[in-house]
Amino acid sequence: MVKAFRPVNLDEALNIRKENRVIPIAGGTDLMVQKRRWAGLTPSFEYPLLFIGHIEELRGIRIQDDRLRIGSASSFNELLENTLTPSVLKDAISGMASYPIRNMATIGGNICNASPAGDTLPVLYSLDAVLILSSLKGERRIPIEEFIKGPGITNLKDDEILKGIEIPQYDFDLYFYKKVGIGKVTSLSKISFLGLANITDDRIKDIKVSFGAVAPSVVRSREIESRIKELDREEIVKEFNNIKEMYSELIAPIDDARSTAHYRKVISLRLLEAFLTKEVQ
Amino acid sequence: MRIEFTLNSESVSIDTEPQRRLLDILREDFRLISVKEGCGEGECGACIILLDGKAVNSCLIPAGRIKGSEVITLEGYRETERFRILMESFEDAGAVQCGFCTPGIIMTVESLLRENSNPTEEEIKKALSGNLCRCTGYSMIVDGVVRAVKKVKNDGKSI
Repeated sequence: MVKAFRPVNLDEALNIRKENRVIPIAGGTDLMVQKRRWAGLTPSFEYPLLFIGHIEELRGIRIQDDRLRIGSASSFNELLENTLTPSVLKDAISGMASYPIRNMATIGGNICNASPAGDTLPVLYSLDAVLILSSLKGERRIPIEEFIKGPGITNLKDDEILKGIEIPQYDFDLYFYKKVGIGKVTSLSKISFLGLANITDDRIKDIKVSFGAVAPSVVRSREIESRIKELDREEIVKEFNNIKEMYSELIAPIDDARSTAHYRKVISLRLLEAFLTKEVQ
Repeated sequence: MRIEFTLNSESVSIDTEPQRRLLDILREDFRLISVKEGCGEGECGACIILLDGKAVNSCLIPAGRIKGSEVITLEGYRETERFRILMESFEDAGAVQCGFCTPGIIMTVESLLRENSNPTEEEIKKALSGNLCRCTGYSMIVDGVVRAVKKVKNDGKSI
């Protein structure tokens, strides 16, 4: 049995993807841990690996048609070093894993891994990221919240490869990002929270709120956001309990090795309170 | 899978399973035992080497990924002038106790210095965020790097 493929370009990779059941691998920092065995033993995968991290078409960070276009195989350190990367995305990335892991781990891997605690995800949800999925039939574009369906479950079809991520250019007056973990580095999120806002003459012109690690996938509600948008600063404080109640219904955390459902619920709502009743004020 | 790559400045070619860990290839096929296995899951940094000039955990690199790449381990790096300066500074600072984590730390520092020849203490700490040391408590290691950076500055050479 063939154990791996190493295509020279995207076209060859897509052909292999169509003809074979394979596991695409870029940075490998999650897959190699999931499939590790004892020292000296080769990690065992159910299907052949398809190495894609070196493919030129999946790399690069640039502006195209007024949107930021990030190649799926861009490593976290490449994103941190690039002046085009939004500072809010840099903030999230700099709190992820460690320096050597960030040299390997890719943004495409963080998306396709679809962990509820994936730290780039709340940022990508809040920035209205659109994913570009390639197959031999062409490309399709899909908003990130339609791509991720649950823990480890995505909309990626068997013949597709995530080619890139498109982010509209936004300017925000303020952003509030908090990751709650056991330490500053190498810790996975118990909770992450991102609030973005544009405020003109005391009125909220635009607001985006995302929660990570408190539900099967990132919690973001355009419906609640549009209700907040109608309010001014004072009204937000008055209405806060109602807003909290609405988000509370969407926040459905679990107990696991890192935290408890109770802690996650209480703290994520407190972060919402800090954002809406202090930061925005 | 046949895999050709550059290892410590020499072209090498191996025939191995593509999922095999670079850590095992370096230790078992090439007997480069400066590369240590601590945790085997990317947390401890004892297996860090340079892959195309960047510090990475070799326990997380499958063989198929390194085709055409340049790999440097401490065995290759110790021939350089920069290593000599780092070694002296680590000795002066008392940055080495049992030594198990040291090869990974030296390779991480080299990766940092390639990007930034004059790092601050904060930048040094951030770069070393993926290297665990159970002996020193880290302050001597950071001090060792700070001393090396200063030594080069005083010599007027760039590190």
